[in-house]
Amino acid sequence: MAAGGAGGPILVFVEQVGGEVDRLSLEALAFAAPLAAAAAGARVEIVVLGSEAAASAGTLRDSGAALAHVVADARLDTYAPVAWAAALGAAMDRSSAVVVVAPGSDRGNEVLAHLAARRGLPMAAHVVSVAPAASWRLVRQRWAGSLLEDAALDAPVRLVSVAPHAVAPIEAGAGAGPPVEAQLFDADLHDADFDVRVGGIEASEADGVSLTDAKVVVGGGRGVGSAAGFGQLEELAGLLGGAVGGSRVVTSLGWRPHSDQIGQTGLRIAPDLYIACGISGAIQHIVGCKAAKRILAINTDPDSPIMSVADYAVIGDLGAVVPAISAELRRRAGAA
Amino acid sequence: MNVLVCVKRVPQTGGRMVLAPDGRSIDTRFLGFTISPHEECGVEEAVRVVEAHGGMSAVLTLGPAEAEDQLRDAMAIGIDRAILLETSGGEWDPVSTAAAIAEAIQVQEAANGAFDLVIFGNEAADTGDYQVGIRVAVALGRPVINGIKGLTLTDGVAHARREAGGGGWETYALPLPAVIGVKEGLNLPRYPSVPGRLRAKRKEIERVALGGSPAGALGLGAGEDAAVEGTGVGAVPGPTMVGLRLPAEERTAATVIGHGADAAPAVVDLLLQLGLVH
Ligand SMILES: Cc1cc2nc3c(=O)[nH]c(=O)nc-3n(C[C@H](O)[C@H](O)[C@H](O)COP(=O)(O)OP(=O)(O)OC[C@H]3O[C@@H](n4cnc5c(N)ncnc54)[C@H](O)[C@@H]3O)c2cc1C
Ligand SMILES: Nc1ncnc2c1ncn2[C@@H]1O[C@H](COP(=O)(O)O)[C@@H](O)[C@H]1O
Repeated sequence: MAAGGAGGPILVFVEQVGGEVDRLSLEALAFAAPLAAAAAGARVEIVVLGSEAAASAGTLRDSGAALAHVVADARLDTYAPVAWAAALGAAMDRSSAVVVVAPGSDRGNEVLAHLAARRGLPMAAHVVSVAPAASWRLVRQRWAGSLLEDAALDAPVRLVSVAPHAVAPIEAGAGAGPPVEAQLFDADLHDADFDVRVGGIEASEADGVSLTDAKVVVGGGRGVGSAAGFGQLEELAGLLGGAVGGSRVVTSLGWRPHSDQIGQTGLRIAPDLYIACGISGAIQHIVGCKAAKRILAINTDPDSPIMSVADYAVIGDLGAVVPAISAELRRRAGAA
Repeated sequence: MNVLVCVKRVPQTGGRMVLAPDGRSIDTRFLGFTISPHEECGVEEAVRVVEAHGGMSAVLTLGPAEAEDQLRDAMAIGIDRAILLETSGGEWDPVSTAAAIAEAIQVQEAANGAFDLVIFGNEAADTGDYQVGIRVAVALGRPVINGIKGLTLTDGVAHARREAGGGGWETYALPLPAVIGVKEGLNLPRYPSVPGRLRAKRKEIERVALGGSPAGALGLGAGEDAAVEGTGVGAVPGPTMVGLRLPAEERTAATVIGHGADAAPAVVDLLLQLGLVH
């Protein structure tokens, strides 16, 4: 097997919506830069798809990319995983890339998996770092980041997606350097490549402050006791302009909809403050809330695992503590 | 409507993970086993599809003999048949896993007729490789979409929806036979009933021995001819796990700011200090 690595280009798959490059793609660019630096003579090239592709490549000043392969086919404006993978594969061939880096988004992983399957190549998802050598060693996330894996990846072209928020994104367009040179090319896509595509967009039924945007999230677990028990959490969240979330236990029991679930198989949140009420702090829950700036735990059990993750704690029955906090907030607002 | 759901046995971790002495697996001496919540929803969906449209549901896993437990759990909530691709321990990389599953599906279909729908989890709970379902679909030449949280089947078409980046839902229409990767939230899985558990205990499990080494079992690996586009055959396997480690500890030990309702003023002081109330 050919040991890819030294010299050949590193191709970064850049996702854009309406000409704006998404954050995880900027992280993928940040991930690729040191990789290129370590492989002598390697350069970073990017691939961008759709009718706004050239414009979005133009916003990437000082991205470290030497060249943008642009497939301006307007059919690619709609997400179609096979067509996107075919276009990515065409760019891979065109550039003779030895590494393809994709963002660790739903789409990034899906498109890369299609490319891997079509080409019979292995793929490493949610990679955190790479030690490039003739035989690559990489570190990737398992269990949504609760565990790390050291792995070898040997293939003529190495396909990796970057774990979300493992590296800081490059600052798009901040620099004074020239925009990336865009080369348009025809990826020779077939109609059948578009058989699976987004057929439409339906509005979401959700309303109020979204969990991923809220500055304060009040989370409830089994300790809340019932669906009705969430009323007191709603009240506190309302007073703080925040949102209510929960653990998997409360969504499995039907106390809350799954869209409120925080954790490995739910949402990842990053509020200023997460108030974890009656939540034990299982690792699968913690991976969803550890990006919070601060965590306050309210729990009857001072030895609960959440205590080693939280910054602050109130020991006690949430049924007494939460309403008391709401009452105190009201009292001070009234006094002011 | 014949539906197959693929599930993976994983340790039921909750607290901080402990590694086995060789650093290549999780110490499971004190742990139970389960499947991903995504796959639990896949199992539930397979049962519902057959309840609504008739036909037969099946569950398949590639894993050690003990993975029989996960197959019986699936049968306890209503899956009709179970297939175990039995390994003799050790990890299988996603390329080899997908090749073995695709081959098993072809064998099953030759004997029992085609699966109209094959359901995977969006990603496995442990390795999170994000690819096995897609590889199987490509090998079988079937349309596939991941991340699905809503599904209806009408007139030979799977209407599926997944969350759109900016809120709302993307809709997809896949002609059957098709493959979908599902996420938790697709449905609310039922709990197994006692009679369901008893019935599952007595059911036959089809076993296929795969042996210990994926490369040996499948003839995969370095030196094989270049992959044929559209098939999983001759693919380069990997990535290869070298070892596992725990992320650096970020333990803080919480500062206890009070007990019971009396803590309320201290909590509000904290909120003020953090600039979250004014
Ligand atoms: C593959 C996999 C994926 C998973 N994904 C997720 C996920 O995305 N999100 C998630 O949350 N979980 C997930 N889980 C489940 C996870 O392992 C835990 O089971 C779950 O997070 C526990 O929820 P809990 O903290 O609400 O319940 P418990 O663990 O039962 O904890 C309840 C807590 O409430 C406290 N308590 C009880 N009564 C009171 C009271 N009156 N006042 C104050 N405190 C009280 C108790 O001391 C305890 O600490 C996943 C599991 C697996 C295997
Ligand atoms: N060993 C296995 N046996 C059966 N199904 C599996 C196995 N590994 C992965 N899968 C299926 O493929 C999905 C995606 O897995 P992965 O690509 O490993 O993240 C899982 O959610 C399962 O549905």
